[in-house]
Amino acid sequence: MKRIIVTLALLAALSLAMVPGALAQDGGSLLDEVRARGTLICGVNGQVPGFSFFDPDTNEWSGFDVDFCKALAAAIFGDATNVEYVPLTANERFTALQTGQVDVLFRNTTWTLQRDSEFGIDFGPTTYYDGQGLMVSAALGATEIDQLDGASVCTLTGTTTELNITETLTSRGLSFELVPFEESSQTIAAFEEGRCDILTSDQSQLAGLRSSAADPGSMVVLGEVISKEPLGPAYLEGDSVWADVVNWTVYATMTAEEFGITAENIDSFLGGADPRVQRFLGEGDEPVNALIGLDPGFTVNVIRAVGNYGEIYERNVGIDTPLQLDRSAGLGLNRLWSDGGLLYPPAWR
Amino acid sequence: MAEHKSSGFDVAAHAPVPLWRDIRVIQVFAQIAFLISVIFFGYVLINNLLNNLDASRLTIDFGILDRPFGTMISEGTESFEPGESSNLLALWVGFKNTLRVVLVGLIGATILGVLLGVGRLSTNFLVRQVTVVYIEIFRNTPLLVQLYFIYRGMRLIVPRDLADSYKLPGPVYINRRAINYPQILGTDTAWIFYIAVIVGLAVGIGLWVWRLRVMDRTGAPARTLRWFVPVVIGFAAVGWLLAGDPFDVEYPELQALNFAGGSRFSAEYIALTVGLILYTAAFIADIVRAGIQAVPYGQIEAARAQGLGGGQTLRLIILPQALRLIIPPLGNQYLNLAKNSSLGIAIGFFDVYNVANVISNQTSQSVAVFAVMMIIYLGMSLTISLIMNAVNYQMRLRSR
Repeated sequence: MKRIIVTLALLAALSLAMVPGALAQDGGSLLDEVRARGTLICGVNGQVPGFSFFDPDTNEWSGFDVDFCKALAAAIFGDATNVEYVPLTANERFTALQTGQVDVLFRNTTWTLQRDSEFGIDFGPTTYYDGQGLMVSAALGATEIDQLDGASVCTLTGTTTELNITETLTSRGLSFELVPFEESSQTIAAFEEGRCDILTSDQSQLAGLRSSAADPGSMVVLGEVISKEPLGPAYLEGDSVWADVVNWTVYATMTAEEFGITAENIDSFLGGADPRVQRFLGEGDEPVNALIGLDPGFTVNVIRAVGNYGEIYERNVGIDTPLQLDRSAGLGLNRLWSDGGLLYPPAWR
Repeated sequence: MAEHKSSGFDVAAHAPVPLWRDIRVIQVFAQIAFLISVIFFGYVLINNLLNNLDASRLTIDFGILDRPFGTMISEGTESFEPGESSNLLALWVGFKNTLRVVLVGLIGATILGVLLGVGRLSTNFLVRQVTVVYIEIFRNTPLLVQLYFIYRGMRLIVPRDLADSYKLPGPVYINRRAINYPQILGTDTAWIFYIAVIVGLAVGIGLWVWRLRVMDRTGAPARTLRWFVPVVIGFAAVGWLLAGDPFDVEYPELQALNFAGGSRFSAEYIALTVGLILYTAAFIADIVRAGIQAVPYGQIEAARAQGLGGGQTLRLIILPQALRLIIPPLGNQYLNLAKNSSLGIAIGFFDVYNVANVISNQTSQSVAVFAVMMIIYLGMSLTISLIMNAVNYQMRLRSR
């Protein structure tokens, strides 16, 4: 009998332990929970060099998305290393977010109406304006999509990609075979080894996959872009404190670029004369930065850790990296508004 | 007084057992407590799910099954209209792909497994050692690893360019994408041929039964096949002539990027089916071996003494007895194979699990989709179980 009582007590304890998600919702913001935990749990892709990639040789994470995770950790804790990265497949990512397994997704996730409404999540500011492209074998000699009737197409499952390619090719009356994989590595291997004629994904991902291929010269990314893919952070709906923290951390990197503040020259801006810059860096009495629940100097921490948006871009995916994504090529969407791009952070005051 | 006390009636020893030490009462209470804890545990799980769904403002909505499925399903022969056909139809197409793998897999694994199991007991040293090595390798490595290995390995040994495809008579073309083979299509008059064949079979079976009766009555040799085969062929030939060549053959033809016409087994289908067969056969082999070894050796000696040959001993004496022991664990292996087919997602095979994954992703209704998924797999597994139980019942030891 005693054993049964003990069992029941254990069950009751277990059941209480199993509802942290629900309890957190009733209480304060996720920000408090993250602070109490001491680390930020960031959902990333992990298989796309340049965006998020785990290097087993150095045991380190790197990439564009990873840098935003670091920026967020720097904003919250003042320490960019307080991040736990959780690599997620396209299939796992939303469930991981919904169940509270990760605090935020920086995982090349496209902002769509359906996801924004029905999935119970919200999207932060777009960090990368992308579009879906097609990569073909150079030997094929194809230059446009209409030459690809009857082709085999390798794609990732659980993405907007498979919907876009199906829609594009069917609406043009092209026949095709779709081979959906769950992992990027499988997709690229199938393409390299001749299972498919076409590998389709976001253009930035294609560049990343191509750069890590054995023979990048044998692959060509077609010029045609078949969709809009605004990629940015995603977090749970209904927690505006946490949303503000994520959003303004991203905006901080863009605003820093507007002011020309970099990781190197930030010290020369501290204690300067420009009131706009001082406000941005959280200096002076009653700093506006404190209003979102972070340390007023969080912008300084972010910039010291990862630099401004331009630095993040050039370091991970820019023209001098294997990905060679020229920031001003094409429409140059991923530039500041003042340079003709789409990056337009709200007013910092 | 002391004497009296020791030999006298000890009240304490014969008092009624108190309730809390009464085994019957304890049993009842233990059952009640167990039931309560099960209900409580289930309640906690479901309540937790609902709470969390509620907290993230998600609801379980089975209406998503009517929504259009936006991804092309190229696997299988079903003509699928992405963007128009519903998610439910997509699941059905996926389920048929699963069945294609499972049915072929079950048959293949059984045949290979029995061969390996018998080979494991062979008197030939080489055969025995080869089967041992095979079984140990396939039984002791993860299926997922084997699938990757087979899928990519197969891909690398066959020609990359479609124009260089291996060409077998038929013609059958083998390349990294698929095996393309000619497809036989019934014409409008094919039904005449089908009817002729059915009638032929019916008449043939009738003759078969009649010959057996004749044999029983007169003792003349039955020679059933000599009657059956010509009759069936005769009817089929007449049907063929009446229908006027009832079949068209569509040959695969090389286009710029694919083979048009004909039918195909995709590389993913082949890899998954072959992988499941090779893996499951290793387990079946051991079950078959154990079943055969469990037949007492005296039976075999008796069979020899009766003058039965090796093949006859196996067929008439050993296997009927071994089957009784083989069938229950064999059913488990069949269930494993059916469920393992869901690993096809790892190598890009569009089975029902893959389809469900896509739906759950595009709608975020993972609870609803996975409920449907569990029903589908449960249905498939229970069907296999029922069939195996029926077979088991037929094979049971009948004592007279």
